[in-house]
Amino acid sequence: MGASQSKNNLIARIVMICFFIVLFVIIMIPFYAVALSSFKPGESLIRYGLNLSLDFKIMSFDNFIYLFTGSHDYFTWFWNSMFLTIAQVVLTLFVSAFVAYGFAAYDFKGKNFLFICVLLIMMVPFEILLVPLYSLINDLHLVNSYSAIILPGIANAGTIFFFRQYLRSIPKEIIQSGRVDGANEYAIYFRLIMPIMKPSFAAMAILNGMNSWNNLLWPFMVLGDQSKFTLPIGLKTLLTPYGNNYDLLIVGSFFSIIPIFILFIAFQRYFIDGMTAGAVKG
Amino acid sequence: MIKKFVYSQKVAPYVFVLPFILIFLIFWSYPLANSFVMSFQDRMLGQDPKWVGEANYSKLFTDKVFLTAIKNSVVYMLGTLVLLIPFPMLFAVMINSKLMMGREFFKSSFFLPALTSVAVAGTIFRLTFGEMEGSLMNSFLGLFGVEPIKFLKNGEWSMAALLILACWRWTGVNMLYYLSGLKSIDNEYYEAASIDGASAWQKFKNITMPLLKPTTIYVTTISVYAGLAMFTESLMMFNGNNSPKNIGLTIVGYLYRQGIEKNKLGYAAAVGIVLLVIAMVINLTQLKFSGMFKKEED
Repeated sequence: MGASQSKNNLIARIVMICFFIVLFVIIMIPFYAVALSSFKPGESLIRYGLNLSLDFKIMSFDNFIYLFTGSHDYFTWFWNSMFLTIAQVVLTLFVSAFVAYGFAAYDFKGKNFLFICVLLIMMVPFEILLVPLYSLINDLHLVNSYSAIILPGIANAGTIFFFRQYLRSIPKEIIQSGRVDGANEYAIYFRLIMPIMKPSFAAMAILNGMNSWNNLLWPFMVLGDQSKFTLPIGLKTLLTPYGNNYDLLIVGSFFSIIPIFILFIAFQRYFIDGMTAGAVKG
Repeated sequence: MIKKFVYSQKVAPYVFVLPFILIFLIFWSYPLANSFVMSFQDRMLGQDPKWVGEANYSKLFTDKVFLTAIKNSVVYMLGTLVLLIPFPMLFAVMINSKLMMGREFFKSSFFLPALTSVAVAGTIFRLTFGEMEGSLMNSFLGLFGVEPIKFLKNGEWSMAALLILACWRWTGVNMLYYLSGLKSIDNEYYEAASIDGASAWQKFKNITMPLLKPTTIYVTTISVYAGLAMFTESLMMFNGNNSPKNIGLTIVGYLYRQGIEKNKLGYAAAVGIVLLVIAMVINLTQLKFSGMFKKEED
């Protein structure tokens, strides 16, 4: 009985591991194909599509050389994206955490109603507001500015919700002792509470940073000026029906993934915490 | 005097939540209210609106293109529910089993596609599903003697391509949701079941699945939301908002086409309101049903 049980376990283990290896290979194929194609001329992509053929005769570093030395806007987009992502993350986290503390630390009139508003924002797809929000941005003369992207989401509902959950586990005695020491309400938050929120800041920085770095639709709508384009918008403009930009498109796509992968390897835990922030934990 | 007022314990909470109140009023409530108003108007950017009553709505329900868009969005959403709930749950249970090796490695690598943007992932999959004989999907099918397919010109195939893209990006994330749900299940349940001689399947069906229900409800809710609001995936896959016979048109795509491309703000606002109603009805029904099942179990 014991021997056959352990034999069954061994078989189950081998089957499972094989299954996951196959799954792993399938998931990695698109990455491999892009990496491979970034060494091939764009013309071969138009003729043969994205594929896995390893043809050393046509492979070279030409696209990479073109990426770093050619005359194109790729790095303008890259630094625009970098700037916008950092600005958006810093401002959104600062404001959202500030608001979340108000919800977590105090009991005040209207609190429940306001918190229901937070939940409501989370439940309504942002996309339905595209048109009225665009016309509002137009009326405010914010078209073509990064404020149009940062402002509407600066008190981000999901981020407020996450910070509030996190703050509820912080003992109220800290706030009380701050008051006894004579600190005002804001000093208590900035000096005593904010420092202990570090792990939650890391998780939310990653989540908001990812969303900002990858955001396409809204920036695409409000930024008309080429010099303000972000990386996703820029890559989208390279995808023309004529395929005349494919040299840059593939190597650019490949290169845009790399910084995130490096960050992921360095801060894996925060990535996973941030991305699964909404998950129900027991 | 003002300083004392702002610093008082009574006023401070309102100062803390003030930024939210402002943003909520300016960038959420106002546009939403405006959306309702606009949906009863004939309106273009920079021109005076004209009141048309429910004309936009009655036009919408006979608009064949809009019905195609609804069908596409709903099929896509249902597809993501069928593919992105049971499989990630199963993978999470497998990866969580004592027999599994290399857990962290698989968890991290399955997560990698979620790091790519829609722009990059869409580009990759557009080229993967290229119609040339040599493109990835066609050369794979070619191994089985299948003739090259023009994926993105065929309704069923393009829906499949969009769903494969969604699975590639989100399987790993949903698996992580389920893994964190599994962590909260007490091992004692399984030990007790083992003593009673329960099989692995019985344990999965009677312990794991019911106790993962909060996770399932959460994943279903976000999938309904994301599925119905999908647009950029289609925008990248078809390289624009126009696809042959509108096979890739979604509700948000139609909203974008009417509101932004054709400057028919009133009509687009009505599309938005219909989407809001559909999303609310589905999510509330879903939440109500899962609540009802809970009562039966008690």
